[in-house]
Amino acid sequence: MSRYSALGLLRGVFNGQSHWQPAWRDPEPKPNYDVIIIGGGGHGLATAYYLASVHGIRNVAVLEKGWIGGGNTGRNTTLVRSNYRLPQLHNFFEFGLKMWERLSDELNYNIMFSPRGALMLGHSDSDMVRLAERGDAMRVNDIDAELLSRDQVAKLEPLLDMSREARFPIEGGLIQRRGGTARHDAVAWGYARAADQLGVDIIQKCEVTGFLRQGDAVVGVETTRGAIGAGRVGICVAGHSGHVAAMAGLKLPVESQTLQALVTEGVKPMINGVIMSQSLHCYISQSDKGGIVMGGDPDNWPSYAQRGQPMVTEGAIAQAIALVPALSRLRMLRTWAGVTDMSFDGSPIIGTTPVPNLFLNGGWCYGGFKATPASGWTYAHTLATGTPHELNAPFDLDRFRRGDTIDENGVGPMPNHR
Amino acid sequence: MLLIPCPHCGPRAQTEFSYERTVDSVVQPGGDPTEAMEHLFTRANPRGPDEEIWRHTYGCRAWLIMTRHRATHAIEAMRAVGPEALP
Ligand SMILES: Cc1cc2nc3c(=O)[nH]c(=O)nc-3n(C[C@H](O)[C@H](O)[C@H](O)COP(=O)(O)OP(=O)(O)OC[C@H]3O[C@@H](n4cnc5c(N)ncnc54)[C@H](O)[C@@H]3O)c2cc1C
Repeated sequence: MSRYSALGLLRGVFNGQSHWQPAWRDPEPKPNYDVIIIGGGGHGLATAYYLASVHGIRNVAVLEKGWIGGGNTGRNTTLVRSNYRLPQLHNFFEFGLKMWERLSDELNYNIMFSPRGALMLGHSDSDMVRLAERGDAMRVNDIDAELLSRDQVAKLEPLLDMSREARFPIEGGLIQRRGGTARHDAVAWGYARAADQLGVDIIQKCEVTGFLRQGDAVVGVETTRGAIGAGRVGICVAGHSGHVAAMAGLKLPVESQTLQALVTEGVKPMINGVIMSQSLHCYISQSDKGGIVMGGDPDNWPSYAQRGQPMVTEGAIAQAIALVPALSRLRMLRTWAGVTDMSFDGSPIIGTTPVPNLFLNGGWCYGGFKATPASGWTYAHTLATGTPHELNAPFDLDRFRRGDTIDENGVGPMPNHR
Repeated sequence: MLLIPCPHCGPRAQTEFSYERTVDSVVQPGGDPTEAMEHLFTRANPRGPDEEIWRHTYGCRAWLIMTRHRATHAIEAMRAVGPEALP
């Protein structure tokens, strides 16, 4: 398959663009693979790509029940950042952020990574103390973070309501200038194309319905397209982690909830970077097409329905309009929802399971898009070697039993209070 | 949005209710610590019916147990409880 390049585009001008080929094959499942990944989201596809490219394991299949990227990968608000307070989290996400910076080149696919700056607003003295604490924690580990005054914030985002009468007065902020957004679909497609080129089979419309067992060990999967044998199997299904793992007898620290987002009609540039808040759960950015993309709280009750409630979106919109009053003039284009895998400490789970040959990647809550490259990298390492990479070792499933949770917000075992 | 049949007040909009947690996550006082950990930190999380504790927070404020299908949202049963009736 040919490389994408400016020269190729130019050639297309003369051949009527007839040179375009499908970006990946559509193979029939083989009877056996070294590794099967369940779930063709960004994480599953990235895992397959790094298994092939870094570990030389190419007899790999990614099984996707629908179409690749049709889960949370294609539904998220595409924020990419590494501004976490706890070292386990910021080290992991920073490793990922460095990968984002060169991902388009690595995959020969434009994933449109746009480091336009991720700004967290502070609305009170205590917000500013917490932002400073977070920024310090990042900076001692060489991750960029800059505490901003009120004036600096006003300059960055002129449409913010900076008045003293504002519903949520703005005292300052913390910015990670290297943070930003990326094109979610392109991430799935770029990894799929690159993995396919290395021999990985991407099999869509293939739902895993059970596990093949030999004694305790998993030796393959039952699917809607027949049984397929495997040396190792990696679950990578985000919101569906609970019921897929249950087919192997596992009960996870995960509850599936709904997270919604919305986008307005396209307008001229009005939001320069990504706006988030220390106290509110509302985030705002502007897509390259001009639509204002917004998200808010999860629906806070368990659901697999992949549709949310208007009252939750209304809450997010109310907060967004309080921050940027000009948004009230825009018309909403559409809303959508994804099934998020809310873990019990707000942090992901990547590692081995008590079932031999079965591995787990899940518990991403509402923040796993930014993790895609690091998640794939570390999960591939774990699947290839049978032991975790140092970056995902803290995120093992056993940490809940040990009382060693990674609880960024310090709220305890409540998936709906993240 | 769900229309939730409160056993005390009749059908009411979901905005009046809050979800608390699943019935299988209730920790028994004085129970076995391993079991308590399981109740605290794991959920069956089925893609089907499960029993959930809800509260009619902005209505009669009573605790309720709802049996609800997680994919269709169909409410299969709704019952009133007092603390003594919790599992
Ligand atoms: C509205 C919304 C906004 C978000 N915003 C952000 C954000 O701004 N930044 C951020 O970092 N994160 C965000 N997230 C979270 C992020 O989208 C996810 O954590 C991430 O995309 C998960 O990727 P994944 O590959 O693990 O899962 P997915 O992309 O969901 O892929 C899992 C795949 O598994 C498939 N599958 C499930 N069951 C089976 C089965 N039995 N057999 C075969 N296949 C199966 C599904 O069809 C799906 O395609 C957001 C999420 C939502 C819903």
